[in-house]
Amino acid sequence: MTSSSRNPILITASRLLAPFIQLFALYVIFHGHFGPGGGFQGGAMLAASILMLRLSVGAERSELKFRKSWGTPVGALGALIFAGTGLLTLLLGGRFLEYGFLPLPHLSRAELHSAGILLIEVGVSLAVMAVLVAIYDDIMEGTGGD
Amino acid sequence: MRKISLIALVLFGALLLYASSGLPGHGDPDGPSHREQSPAGSPVAAAHYIRHAEEDAASPNIVTVVLADYRGFDTLGETIVVLTAGLVCTLILRRSP
Repeated sequence: MTSSSRNPILITASRLLAPFIQLFALYVIFHGHFGPGGGFQGGAMLAASILMLRLSVGAERSELKFRKSWGTPVGALGALIFAGTGLLTLLLGGRFLEYGFLPLPHLSRAELHSAGILLIEVGVSLAVMAVLVAIYDDIMEGTGGD
Repeated sequence: MRKISLIALVLFGALLLYASSGLPGHGDPDGPSHREQSPAGSPVAAAHYIRHAEEDAASPNIVTVVLADYRGFDTLGETIVVLTAGLVCTLILRRSP
């Protein structure tokens, strides 16, 4: 697909929509404690917004949002945040993923658990978003264009 | 052969529909998964989660607490599965390094 065949309506609409989709995805991730949502769903929505830009404005320009080479490292970073939270509680005397041992001051045990859930949800969302985008990039790489 | 598989499919669908009529209603408080004891006599985990989720993790969403706290290890495995899927796609499909 060459850049001359791109539809200005699609480009404008997707550029306008993408920030709102990303904002709603962040809401889904961080509101997972109180309503439906969480890391998997929010990560999928973040990936959807990036893939929409990949499809409409092309791979080169959408790489300004998320580079092709970032897919695997960011996915690994997400899994590392998750596993690192577990290892941190393990090092501080608790069991694996026992959030009550997180080193955050002035929080009760229940609030520490809440914070731990938020940490791992962020990790999950990073991993899901990066992996979904990476799979798309890997598949499209063989087609020659973008 | 196609007729036989079609008949088998319809019969299986009818069996599933018949079986679904025996399921407890959606959100039924007396359903087997919400009882204190399972029909076999062992304690049911769901009752514990429903009773303690909010005080344990300061979050009103029981699903999130079960997913990320009580069963965090399981969710870690899910994340690793997702990451492995992405890595395998990269290894198989990517040509240039």
